[in-house]
Amino acid sequence: MGHAYTPGLTVTERTVIRKPRLLPIPGTVLAKAGDRVRAETVVARAELPGKVHVVNVANLLGVAPDEVRDYLVKKEGEAVSQDEVIAENRPFIKWFKTEVRSPIRGKVESVSTITGQMLLREPPRPLERLAYVDGAVVDLHPAHGVTVETSCSMVQGIFGIGGETWGELVMAVDSPEKTLSASQLLPTMQNKIVAGGAFLGIETMKRAREIGVAALVVGGIHDKDLRELLGYDLGVAITGTEQVGFTLVITEGFGTIPMAAKTFELLAGHAGQKASISGATQIRAGVIRPEILIPWTTGSPDAGSAGRAVPATERSGIRIDDHVRVIRDPLFGRIGRVTALPTELRQIETESVVRVLVVTFADGTSAVIPRANVELMEG
Amino acid sequence: MTGSAQPSRQMTAAQPLRVIIATDCGSTTTKAILIEKLGNEYRQTFRGEAPTTVEAPFEDVTRGVLNSLAELEELSGRKILDGERIITPNRAAQGEPRVGVDIYISTSSAGGGLQMMVAGAVQSMTGESAQRCALGAGAIVMDVLASNDGRLPHEKIERIRSLRPDMILLSGGTDGGTVTHVVEMAEYISAAEPRPRLGISYQLPLIYAGNKDARDRITEILGGKTSLVITDNIRPVLERENLGPARTKIHDLFLEHVMAQAPGYKKLLEWTGAPIMPTPAAVGLIMETIAKKENLNLIGVDIGGATTDVFSVFGGVFNRTVSANLGLSYSVSNVLAEAGLASILRWVPFTIEEQTLRNRIKNKMIRPTTIPQTLDELQIEQAIAREALRLALAHHASLATGLKGVQQERTISDIFEQKTSGESLIDMLQLDLIVGSGGILSHAPRRVQAMLMMVDAYEPLGVTRLSVDSIFMMPHLGVLSTVDEQAATDVFVRDCMIYLGTCVAPIGRGKDGERCADYTITFGEGRSPECGTLAFGDLRLFPLGRDDRAQIELRPAKQVDLGEGKGVSVTRDVRGGEVGLLLDGRGRPLQLPTDSQKRLAALIRWHRAVGLYPK
Repeated sequence: MGHAYTPGLTVTERTVIRKPRLLPIPGTVLAKAGDRVRAETVVARAELPGKVHVVNVANLLGVAPDEVRDYLVKKEGEAVSQDEVIAENRPFIKWFKTEVRSPIRGKVESVSTITGQMLLREPPRPLERLAYVDGAVVDLHPAHGVTVETSCSMVQGIFGIGGETWGELVMAVDSPEKTLSASQLLPTMQNKIVAGGAFLGIETMKRAREIGVAALVVGGIHDKDLRELLGYDLGVAITGTEQVGFTLVITEGFGTIPMAAKTFELLAGHAGQKASISGATQIRAGVIRPEILIPWTTGSPDAGSAGRAVPATERSGIRIDDHVRVIRDPLFGRIGRVTALPTELRQIETESVVRVLVVTFADGTSAVIPRANVELMEG
Repeated sequence: MTGSAQPSRQMTAAQPLRVIIATDCGSTTTKAILIEKLGNEYRQTFRGEAPTTVEAPFEDVTRGVLNSLAELEELSGRKILDGERIITPNRAAQGEPRVGVDIYISTSSAGGGLQMMVAGAVQSMTGESAQRCALGAGAIVMDVLASNDGRLPHEKIERIRSLRPDMILLSGGTDGGTVTHVVEMAEYISAAEPRPRLGISYQLPLIYAGNKDARDRITEILGGKTSLVITDNIRPVLERENLGPARTKIHDLFLEHVMAQAPGYKKLLEWTGAPIMPTPAAVGLIMETIAKKENLNLIGVDIGGATTDVFSVFGGVFNRTVSANLGLSYSVSNVLAEAGLASILRWVPFTIEEQTLRNRIKNKMIRPTTIPQTLDELQIEQAIAREALRLALAHHASLATGLKGVQQERTISDIFEQKTSGESLIDMLQLDLIVGSGGILSHAPRRVQAMLMMVDAYEPLGVTRLSVDSIFMMPHLGVLSTVDEQAATDVFVRDCMIYLGTCVAPIGRGKDGERCADYTITFGEGRSPECGTLAFGDLRLFPLGRDDRAQIELRPAKQVDLGEGKGVSVTRDVRGGEVGLLLDGRGRPLQLPTDSQKRLAALIRWHRAVGLYPK
């Protein structure tokens, strides 16, 4: 049925995650069912066909396309090295000889007598798929990859940039309201995942790049800083391939917004442990959220008790007493508890008539908010 | 699911339709409507909706369809489902008037709609024809490749390889002309070994609609690597486009390949009594049908969260474009990137810091389902909407053109009537009707807000009528028009269209307060005429109800044109709507004061003049 319900971000101490780790094209699966894998383990490998280069032999030799085969030195399927002659004419006077050389190392893919073109292909490039997270292989997808399962703590962010990485989790601030300044990033944080509080600015981002921080996690950033970091205005929230030197995950939104206490406490509780992080975000159908996964290792309390892990469950709607985050101005970023769910529609300031709920905040104040403007804090 | 095929397709030919259900499976919501024959006319009576279930964890589109139909059952009291089977036909004849429906039909844009790559020999000729063909068939065009598109061959090949379209349309060359360029494009496609977006085990569909003399060669190059379909050339001679056969093939392949790969669609295809259409193709069809029936020139826009579709029919020629990254939620930040901050800020009637506005827009991008809660948030969203509408129309106008670089030829059926070579077909002075659709327009708290957003964005010239789609049922009606045109037009006129009124906008510029035109408005019986002077910078609104008509006589200043030439008086019959008759003396082209304080004052004055926002 049509129900006004905004799925929230999961922040949970214990869950079971299954990650399909698939190749984009068929290849070889290297891991076996039941294997214990680490984030950096290669679980599948494929060969991406090499780049194709086009050489218009007919034009270069000044001959008709249908004559081009008569001038070839290299035929289809033959290997060529860079600068090797692939075609030449045979003039009566040697000085007028023209040679066509290969711009690449590879092989001759095809020759066309219609266009006079020769297509050369570079050698294939290996493509490896890593496990990304410490866990166990629970499913094999022949020729395509595996599914890795892990019992872990999980924090979903709202937006991120940059791809998958991993490292030791460190807290750079001691409270979720604090700003993460550039001076708080230390050389010892190289290759680590650094969590801050309410905000970090462009100077902190630059410093992170200098040091070689693996990833940053923070409540909010300014859009203008993101634009400076990327070098362009991000148009749609489909990310994950950016190359800015580190992965960035924001947990609350744009602006200075204290990280939710539950998120901050969870991260702080796992400081020093290895975590996997991805900034990949897709806010469209088929939503992908950025995430921080902290696998429960053999040293963790309750480790090995997979049966006690709580898999993510489907929610059916918002209920009284649920914790929610307000996700639109004027109370953007505030976190409170649902205290009423009136069934009747209400007219709000804009004159729109919408379904609302009442949220009560920690300071005892309450506000009537459109249901579309809150997000359940799941987990 | 019991897996019950519905025999409705055969049944429709046998008996007239009295009860119809239609769904549109959108990327986020599946919307169902119930249409019933009441007396001699068809009316849309109830609607239901449910989240679309193409994605995990459901991965079966029929779950969302059944949920939306269940809501329709609850609201209407009609029994539509027997378990998970749609009851057809309706059982009125068996003494059960509230049981069953006669036909179920559907459109779909779930899972990102139909995504295509097109290729032609010359960018401005067969490249554009291929693009128009794919867009008209309801596709999003991911890229247009051409021999002269400025990219090096290896760049083209990399691009083809990195895209994962649902299908490719390859055209190029006139029949009997050179085959070299189109064969070259085929060689690039072959080298790239493109893979389809959905499904890893089937070959990518490729339609060849180019020079017929190259067919053997194309088959040789692409036959083994793609699921090749050959059809008539979309540009058999330079002077003529022939888009129909290729469009038909696109629809066929959409059903046979793309839909068949999407989760649950095989089942859905069995349920429907007419082929499932891509949503934009269905919207285009109903607009084209209405424009032809009423002999109108119209522009239709559907502004969504991710994309904005623009449709136009001018002189009987239909065009559609989709601006894939202009929208008000998922793509809101892209409107900012394309329009620039200053263009958005010029419509905002208060001052706001750049950083605050930028952060708010990004927050809407990452929480796309939120709604404006305060008046200033609403005003910001409506400012962004003006820019998205403006940019999408500019994009449309650049593609809705006559054929480029050729002599004119007038023909019938499915081809372009050309004016001057390559000229845009969009002529705002000849425009009769603007139809707006999408939440920001259809659900604006005050109807006048929808009207002014479209007037500000499109700057209609002369006399133009405006309307909005009440609950976005144009996709449903488009597919219905393929089964029963009368039912579709009945519902379109009576339930779908909400007429807002008429905008009268003189062309010309002048200083604020200077005379633009004198007017006399004569209403129906019992209402006194309105006479006065419209000054430059004025916006005036006269109530004129949906069923009311009036006559307006305008006597413009000597530099002002109302469509008949500068200084020439005109008299026009105008029709009303929920907003009324709007006289727009702000000049054309519309320019806002550059001085910030003067701009704010002008905006506030205009907003008050038409009662745009609460006080």
